[in-house]
Amino acid sequence: MRDFYGVTLNSPLMLGTAQYPSPAVLEAAFRKSAASVATVSLRREGGQGQAFWDIIRGLGVHVLPNTAGCYSAREAITTAHMAREVFETNWIKLEVIGHADTLQPDPFGLLKATEALAADGFEVFPYTTEDQVLAARLLQAGAKVLMPWGAPIGSGLGLNNRYGLKTLRAAFPEVPMVIDAGLGLPSHAADAMEMGFDAVLLNTAVAQAGDPVGMARAFALAAQAGALAHAADPMTPRDMASPSTPVVGKAWL
Amino acid sequence: MADITIIGAGVAGLWAAWEMCKAGLTPRILDRNGPPGPHSCSWWAGGMLAPYCEGAVAEPAVVRHGKDAARAWAEVTEVTYRGSLVVALQRDRAELSRFARRTSGHRLITNELATLEPDLTTADQALFFEDEAHLDPRGALLDLTRALAAQGVSIERAEVTPEEFSGPVIDARGLAAGLPGLRGVRGEMVVLRAPDIRLGRPVRLLHPRHPLYIVPRAGGLFMLGATQIESTDKRGISARSTLELLSAAYALDPRFAEAELVETGTDLRPAFADNVPRVVVQGRVLHLNGLFRHGYLLAPALAQQAAAFLTQGIKGDMVHEN
Repeated sequence: MRDFYGVTLNSPLMLGTAQYPSPAVLEAAFRKSAASVATVSLRREGGQGQAFWDIIRGLGVHVLPNTAGCYSAREAITTAHMAREVFETNWIKLEVIGHADTLQPDPFGLLKATEALAADGFEVFPYTTEDQVLAARLLQAGAKVLMPWGAPIGSGLGLNNRYGLKTLRAAFPEVPMVIDAGLGLPSHAADAMEMGFDAVLLNTAVAQAGDPVGMARAFALAAQAGALAHAADPMTPRDMASPSTPVVGKAWL
Repeated sequence: MADITIIGAGVAGLWAAWEMCKAGLTPRILDRNGPPGPHSCSWWAGGMLAPYCEGAVAEPAVVRHGKDAARAWAEVTEVTYRGSLVVALQRDRAELSRFARRTSGHRLITNELATLEPDLTTADQALFFEDEAHLDPRGALLDLTRALAAQGVSIERAEVTPEEFSGPVIDARGLAAGLPGLRGVRGEMVVLRAPDIRLGRPVRLLHPRHPLYIVPRAGGLFMLGATQIESTDKRGISARSTLELLSAAYALDPRFAEAELVETGTDLRPAFADNVPRVVVQGRVLHLNGLFRHGYLLAPALAQQAAAFLTQGIKGDMVHEN
């Protein structure tokens, strides 16, 4: 199994920590889903989110701070340093946003920030598109994990470009990859895992569900099912019908 | 001679005092800043008494107890019973049906909207929560203070802690009480003056990124609120939050662009992990705390539970014994 900077995860489910009805619901969602990683943003708290960060630390899972809301490499680098200080981890989910409406990554800023942070000892999880060339550059710059998007953040559209994601997966078979953003339903998570991705990361689909705890569990089960299916070497779809019981010997009328 | 000492003259402390009076006890109120004012978190509230709307994300206890808030407040101040409206912009229509699924006490209105709120032309349909109400929070605190004064209860300016008293104490200091598990949640608000715009009731705009509510107040004033950030940063409103609140208001009615920006405010809401308030019993000290964004909605019920516990030993669902 591919690991994340030396860490093997107990579950392929990573959850964001924003937008839950309350910290109590957030905590229950993590507990019931056994998610292995919690992402957390620092940008808006102005360095004063101590009480909430304590709750995140108390979840007993790996903490993956992110640079959500950063629009330039410089801003992301500053936030990453702050995150390292607050959470005492070298892990950083690197987001450099290029467009306010679609929240799609800015590939150029992302590459620049990845280079700088990797050189500075960070273990970078870049939030990227399915672009293969960009992926190669990010790996070259020092990233050892990739986080391609499924669809724009918060859209719930699922895997928008299956072809692109499939080729990306095939192009870098050794690289651990997390499908990050855009997942709306557990079936999307299963889909991603069946395609051979190593984990899924989502926030809105769980936090904004009518029952976040139930939805977190549904995603956990789906991600596990997808991982099991991938490991079990699924059959290949074919156009012709193929009976599962032999027809030889039966009478042809 | 007072029967009970109340520390903190915010919405929780004042309601506790009022309930003690009703129970026949004589309370004494102390606050390090004296009577209610900008130093108190309650000062910055919206004043919506909207239990059904809050039910979209809050625990059921908030809805259950919140339903009695309007009636309780009407004992001491003017409550406006005109319901509240929830709208969404055209492209976020799905948000409206989601909100409808997760709340009760509403009906979808279309043509009726123009009669209710002729100025609200950007929306062609809305959820109408007819049984909700609102009040002017600052006026309400003042009225409550006056009602207490009429009972002979004044607010003394003194910085004290529960340990300094030997008798029963109600600690309603909010975050300053430093209770375990209590955290501050930053909220920012804006007040605009727009005499041309008329709204009869609070309007909530559902927006995936920038949800907003607007509460009309006397004198052409509108309170825009409120952000909810997991931070104890008490500095003034950020440029970003200002932009977001104002843009959302502008989307709702473009005439808000010409409004006068009268005031901005920031404070920290004290909250427990489930965002439901508690009466925490620690020996002779009762903590009334964690009202989160439901100060006006739940202070009456919380104070009633504190009074019932003190006078009759009844342990309500919000009472937690340590």
